[in-house]
Formats: sequence, C-alpha cells, structure tokens
Amino acid sequence: MTTTSPLTVPDRRGVSKAAAPGTPPRRSRFKQGAGRQHHGGPFAYFALAVVGIGSLFPLYWTLVAASRTQDEVLDSPPPFIPGGNLFSNLQTAWEQAQLGKAIWNTFLVSASITAATLFFCTLAGYAFAKMRFRGRGALMTMVIATLTVPPQLSVVPLYMMMSDIGWNGQLESVIFPTLVSAFGVFFMRQYLLEALPYELIEAGRVDGANNLRIVWSIVLPVARPAMMVLGMLTFVQTWNDFFWPYLALGAENPTLQVALGQLSASYVPDQSIVMAGALISTLPLLVVFVIFGKRIVGGIMSGAVKG
Amino acid sequence: MATSTPTRGTHGSRPGRRDPKAMSPGRQAWRSRLWRFDDKASPYAYIAPFFLIFGAFGLYPLIYTGWIALHRVEMVSLDQMDWVGWENFSKILQDDEFWTAVANTFVIGVISTVPQLLMALGLAHLLNYKLRASTFWRTVILTPYATSVASAALVFALVFRADGGLLNWALDFVGLGDTNWAQGHWSSKIAIAVIVIWRWTGYNTLIYLAAMQAVPSDLYEAASLDGASRWQQFRNVTIPALRPTILFTIVISTIGSMQLFGEPLLLEGGTIGAQGGSEHQYETLSVYLYNYGWKLGHLGPAAAVAWAMLALLLLIAAINWLVGRSVRKTAA
Repeated sequence: MTTTSPLTVPDRRGVSKAAAPGTPPRRSRFKQGAGRQHHGGPFAYFALAVVGIGSLFPLYWTLVAASRTQDEVLDSPPPFIPGGNLFSNLQTAWEQAQLGKAIWNTFLVSASITAATLFFCTLAGYAFAKMRFRGRGALMTMVIATLTVPPQLSVVPLYMMMSDIGWNGQLESVIFPTLVSAFGVFFMRQYLLEALPYELIEAGRVDGANNLRIVWSIVLPVARPAMMVLGMLTFVQTWNDFFWPYLALGAENPTLQVALGQLSASYVPDQSIVMAGALISTLPLLVVFVIFGKRIVGGIMSGAVKG
Repeated sequence: MATSTPTRGTHGSRPGRRDPKAMSPGRQAWRSRLWRFDDKASPYAYIAPFFLIFGAFGLYPLIYTGWIALHRVEMVSLDQMDWVGWENFSKILQDDEFWTAVANTFVIGVISTVPQLLMALGLAHLLNYKLRASTFWRTVILTPYATSVASAALVFALVFRADGGLLNWALDFVGLGDTNWAQGHWSSKIAIAVIVIWRWTGYNTLIYLAAMQAVPSDLYEAASLDGASRWQQFRNVTIPALRPTILFTIVISTIGSMQLFGEPLLLEGGTIGAQGGSEHQYETLSVYLYNYGWKLGHLGPAAAVAWAMLALLLLIAAINWLVGRSVRKTAA
C-alpha cells in the first residue's frame, strides 16, 4: 500500500494560472476548504494530541531502549527515560551488523532508484499527458493495472533470474526491478496534464526545438515541483523496502532493513542492540522528515483524490 | 481533456531562425521527414523504459511463476527444473498450513484495514477544522509512515512482549492482567494489526483530508441552510463526496494486506517468525511463501503459492467491483 491515490491531479500553486484557455479551470468556481470555517474545539486538540503521542511514542521508546542495557529494557516496569548506554549500543550494533556498509548500500540503492524513477517517470508522464500517439489510452490503462500487482507474485522467478545473471546478493538485484514505478508515471502525468500548457510546447516548436529539446528546456522546469515530491516519496519507500531485499540480499551485503532483520534473527538477540540498530536505520529518514515534512505532507495530499 | 497536439508549422517543416526557403528542396524534404520521425517515435521512446523494465522484471516473472509452479525446483540447484504437473498445487491445497495462512491473511487484513480507515476518516475530519499549527499536526500524524516495517515491527515486538512488556505492564497497572500476545490466536493478529494501523493511519488520513478539502463549500452552505447539524453534514455531504476515495483506499489497503510480511516475520523473529508463530497463528501468505521457498528451499510450491495469491487477488477485485457497483446503484 505504498502508493498515493491515482484519482486526481496535483493541485499546486500556479497551476490554474498556467492552464491553457482551452482547458476550463477545474475548481476555481468553488471556494476550497469547506468545513474549514469552523474552528476546532478543545476536543479536536485533545484527540489530535492523543493520536500524536501514539504516533511518536514508539519512536521515542526506540531511543529509550537503545540507550539502556538489555536487562533494563526487559525490566518491569520498563524504563521511560533514556539511559546512558546509547553510544556504546550504537557502536556494538554498528559492528555486529555491518551497519556502515548497510547504510552505504541503502543509500546507493535509494539514490539510484530515485534518480532513475524521476528520469523515466517524468519522460513517460509527459508522453502520456501531452503527446498524441496510437494506443495511448490502452497503454496508460496498462500502467495503472500494474499498480495492483504485488511483488510477491514474481519473486520466485526473479530470484532464479538474478542467480542466472549472477546478481544474487548484489545490489543490482534490488535496484533493477524497481527502476520505474507505475505510480510515478501516473503522478507525473496528472501533474503535467494541468501544469504544462500546450502554448509553451507550441512556442518551443515554433522556435525550432526538437522533442528532446522541448523535454529538456520546457517540460523539466515545469515538472520540477512534482519531481521533488515524487523523489522524496520514492526515496522514503526504497529506503524502507523490506520484502524483496530480504530475499535477494544475504547477510554479507545487506541494506539497512535487511541488516536489521538479521540482527533480530540472530541466535539470542540483545534487545537494546536491536533497538540501537532500529534507531540508526530510522534516524536518517526522520531527519529528512523534520526538514521536508511540510513538503511530503503537501505531496501526498496533492497526489490524492478528487471526487 | 483537450488533446490536440500542436502541429508544427507548415508541411512539417519548421519555421526556425533559418529561413526554410534558403534550403535546397531535397534537404528540406529530408529535414521534414526527420521531424516527422521525431514526432512519431518520441512518445514511444519516452514510455519504452517503463514497459521494458516492467516487462522484464514484472510481467515476465509473473507469467513464468505459473510455469515454475508446475515444476520441482530446489533452492540448492536452481538450474534444474523437473516437470511435476499439478503436484505443487495439490500439495499446498492439501496443506492445512496454507489454509491457515489464507484465513490469517484475511482476518488480519480486515482487522487492520477497517479500524485504520475509520480512524483516518475521523482524524481527517478533525484536521479539516481551522486549527492552530495545522501543518505540525499533519506532519506528526504522518511520522510513522517514515518508519520502516522492520523498525516498527521490532519496537512493537518489545511493546507486546509477554512478561514485562510495555503493554502488559500498562494493562497490569490498570488491573487488566497479562496477555501472551504473540501466542494467542486473536491477540497475535491484533498485535500485527496494531503495527499496520500505526504505520498507515496517518497516510490515509492525509488522502481523506485532501479529498475533504476538495468538497465544494456550497454544499455545506446549502446543508446548513437546510438546518443540518455538523454530524448530519459529515454524514450526508462529506461521506458521499468521499465515496470514490474511500473505495480507492480500501482497494489499496486490501492489496497491501495481501503483502504483509515484515510484521509477522519479526514479531517474534527467528525460526518462529518464519513460521508465523509456534502454531502458525499469525502466519500470512507472504510468510508461508517465504518459508516454503527460502527456508525449506522448495521453489515449486512457493511459486504455486504466488499463483494462489493471484487468484485470491482477482477474487477480491471481483468482489470489490461488485460491491462498488451495487453501492453506485443504490446511490443513484
């Protein structure tokens, strides 16, 4: 369930301004944000605070457990404030599970998949949004249909293929199958449908630009805000991916999530060390989240739904 | 949408900076043919990477899975495939563990999806009020989305621990006694559902919130003129307007719950986790597939499980479609 809703068009700043005269402005006749005229009462704040604490507490407790000894973690009552063992635990986890290598691997995988996804999905999204060609509707339907195919259905032959090519246990086996995403194609298409006016393309053509030139100088600049959002969503998703990497990569060459799974599967795992590993694997994304949280929220909401 | 692709100048030639009349007729024809080729081929070139990669790593393996399911293939000798016909299918269909996994996947799917979407709906409604620090609340609620399955499952494994786990300690504190969460048939499924709910409620909340903000406020004004209370407005304006979105999130969550893997695998970890509990009480289909193929090393039956999952997905899709159609009919 890692996709955003394919029902609407990103509704981002400047979109309606840029819309071509031929395309009627979509919702401008309605005031948006219905229901927003009511102020939230104390109950709303109370309920949100409860849910907020519920959302953050497990993360906080990861920190608590990662900074204690195993005995303290398993004690009853369990500890609620961090102890003093954080750095020694982090160090042990780092060495035991080769987390340094795992972080580097995860970064390589996430960065290359994100870059490829952005490139391929923007191209395909532009073609589906603004170019006319035979079979466009049917091909787009196929793209959307692939959204519903879970990876579980193809892992067995995928594993055999990878062993044929000699990629078993290699990062390539994790990178190549996910170089594109149907969600990405759909997301970019929806955005460009509204954000890229035909006049701009026409102007480029009149100036004598070929198709690649138009993509480079006109489509990419217009697509940039959506690419930022798609990039962040893809990065988060690949960073956290578990199922296929767990099957494809061994203990010698893991990504963070795989290393974490193996750390906890080891003989009798030390829980405080496991939590230290969980902390290391989560922290980079939490930092990204603190910095870009607003944009990610906006991105998920813009990728979502119209009635 | 209006899809008239702008046509290029006249006769496919391009009125560029260079005056076309200055070119010789032969050169001009060649150029215009080049432009036409550029226009014809470019869209296909732009969408080709998606279809090539999906074909190679998605569609081809999906079909090939069905072929492997008819063979004996062992993890230790991947090159060797022996034809066995329907044996793998009859093997898994006669395996009680398979049906346990089907039932578990279904039960966990329902008890994680339904409360999750209801909560998301309620939260979206709250976030749709005028609030102080609204972005802050949205970000906080979405934070679990940034946490990986592995991290989340491992923390919750500690929270749900039998003796002295955080939850049991809290329950004991209020006098509700101990539960051996991972052992019980219901409690272990609830534990897994909690992990799923924790990670995905915020995400669905934002999707609902976006949909709510797209509801035209005229509808609310009309409703309040008619004297509808806030609850009636929510019930009779918001929910109907959100119906397509709700249907969509149900589909996505259903597909997602078919894929549950990390949560059951890591709840207890180790060999027990790979079997989905000592009595398979929380074994999902993905775990069953993994256990058959990667732990026991029999890839043939694992491939048969994959196709059984495909059949189940198609079944669910058909039910979804039927339900969706009848909902639309009653609405009309």
